[in-house]
Amino acid sequence: MVRSSVMLTCILGALALAGCGGRSNTLPDYESGAEGGGAAEGADTRGADGRGIGVFEEEGAAGGQQALLDQLIVYFEYDQSEVPAQYNEMLAAHGRYLSSNPEARIRLEGHADERGSREYNIGLGERRSQAVRRILMLQGASAEQLSTVSYGEERPAALGSDEEAYSLNRRVEIVYRQ
Amino acid sequence: MTEKNATARIEGPLRALRIGVMAMLALCAAAADAQLNIEIRRGVARPVPIAVVPFGWQGSGPAPFDIAELVATDLANSGRFEPLPPSDMIARPTEPVQVNFQDWRVSDVDVLVIGRLVQSGPDDYTAHFQLFDVLRGQQLLGFRLTSSGEDLRATAHRIADMVFEELTGIQGVFGTQIAYISEQRNAAGVARYQLIVADADGANAQVIADSPQPLMSPAWSPDGRRLAYVSFEGNQSAIYVQTLRTGTRQRVSAREGINGAPAFSPDGRRLALTLSRDGNLDVYTLDITNQVLRQLTNSPAIDTEPAWAPDGESIYFTSDRSGGPQIYNVSSEGGRAERVTFEGSYNSRPRVSPDGEQLAVVHQNQGNFRIAVVDPDNGLTQVLSNGQQDESPSYAPNGAVLIYATRENGKGVLASVSSDGLIQQRIASGEGDVREPAWSPFPRP
Repeated sequence: MVRSSVMLTCILGALALAGCGGRSNTLPDYESGAEGGGAAEGADTRGADGRGIGVFEEEGAAGGQQALLDQLIVYFEYDQSEVPAQYNEMLAAHGRYLSSNPEARIRLEGHADERGSREYNIGLGERRSQAVRRILMLQGASAEQLSTVSYGEERPAALGSDEEAYSLNRRVEIVYRQ
Repeated sequence: MTEKNATARIEGPLRALRIGVMAMLALCAAAADAQLNIEIRRGVARPVPIAVVPFGWQGSGPAPFDIAELVATDLANSGRFEPLPPSDMIARPTEPVQVNFQDWRVSDVDVLVIGRLVQSGPDDYTAHFQLFDVLRGQQLLGFRLTSSGEDLRATAHRIADMVFEELTGIQGVFGTQIAYISEQRNAAGVARYQLIVADADGANAQVIADSPQPLMSPAWSPDGRRLAYVSFEGNQSAIYVQTLRTGTRQRVSAREGINGAPAFSPDGRRLALTLSRDGNLDVYTLDITNQVLRQLTNSPAIDTEPAWAPDGESIYFTSDRSGGPQIYNVSSEGGRAERVTFEGSYNSRPRVSPDGEQLAVVHQNQGNFRIAVVDPDNGLTQVLSNGQQDESPSYAPNGAVLIYATRENGKGVLASVSSDGLIQQRIASGEGDVREPAWSPFPRP
């Protein structure tokens, strides 16, 4: 909702058609596109120079790229600020997007679960958003594209005092700004 | 409440700044929806039996306020007194000459309060009261207090404070206030955050700030006239200092990154606060008048939650430099920090008792987060509360009671405990979650 599909259309170049319907949450399209890790992996290796992403990709791969960019939340283990390896591809995709779109801006919103004191949890949320920020910068995003904010436990995604809610609340949300 | 009228006047050396309607902050004080109610869970083993006889009334029309009822409620809420219900009173004296001590001895009452309210002008009242030791047949106190009609509630708290102090030797806190954060969600799940100030008994709850973005960490100035707090309006944290009487506020810190955990110095001139550079949290002090910033800690760890020692010489704070959060102490001029807590793997958010002898902290104990008090000289730790997620302890200005936040049936509620752990209360609100209570200083005359 925050990132314009017009922009996506640009980088996807020849595959604009595939990208067009992109921002909706029509999962079946993406599922077919992102089948397996293969398509996304292909995108990975080509992203390094930050140019021409998708131009040489197959239609399915573009869908995979799109699906990765649609993922906007990184979840963390208890008391951890290390980004789990499962988010490498997703963050690589966002990093490449930012690198190819210097005018794009995102805000990284760090959160913690409700256990412990509130201002300390602001610190934990900040640590998490900084961890995501570092990875995005390694992937080519520039510092001025990235801002961080930590809400600690103040804005839970899930209400409740159980492990399920806690695991949904320990997170960093990537927010594309207009 | 004028939600649309969201323009706050920002004073001070920062350039004048208008808070847009987008922030939707209603800064005028408005009555809060959430009224707090105090319920005693555990009192002292033998509360003092007391009778507070309904006051006499001399004036036109019905009595404007039931002073005796509020005095009795205050004393009962302290957990240290057991008032005799008026229906069980076999006499109702309002003047000293009417007191027959034998009436009260047979009712097993140890102390007696009588009084009368006299109207001396259209909006001028004088409350007379006397406190008697029933067993010895002696008057202990006798006072006359004048007030307007609007201040009769405060007058009743003042009488309760005087009675409490005479009988316990501890200064009463019935006339103080509590600031806290309330969060309510509408049917669509959209949250609304409010900073509220209420009397210590929960009455007169007033909304001080109201926002769709989180508000947190309220902290009183030592004169009780201002509150510092954190607001996330505009998707960024900033620290504001708001004058309660006028509603005007000053944005004192909106630096890149985190602006959190404000705490006024004992002289009211500086704030200790948490800032982050490149995502690393450290504790600083900020002179509010000239904006001079001083960095007190410099570690790659999370350093936050500063609390001043009463003498202003040092600052306690939370740091996870040893791996998990523990309490440290550093000179308020900066320098090397010394670790204070060693019991348990999690100690955070210190608050210093008014006499400086004790710290209240959040302490993890067998998987539960509880309020504990720590002797800063030897690290000795005593757990006071028994919840699962107790947090945000705040000392009453007399040091005898702590208020804190806990969860009960999935709801955020406030609770209090005496600093010896003997008296426990729950303070529930009607709707939504309440949290982060901060007890005001004693009112200044």
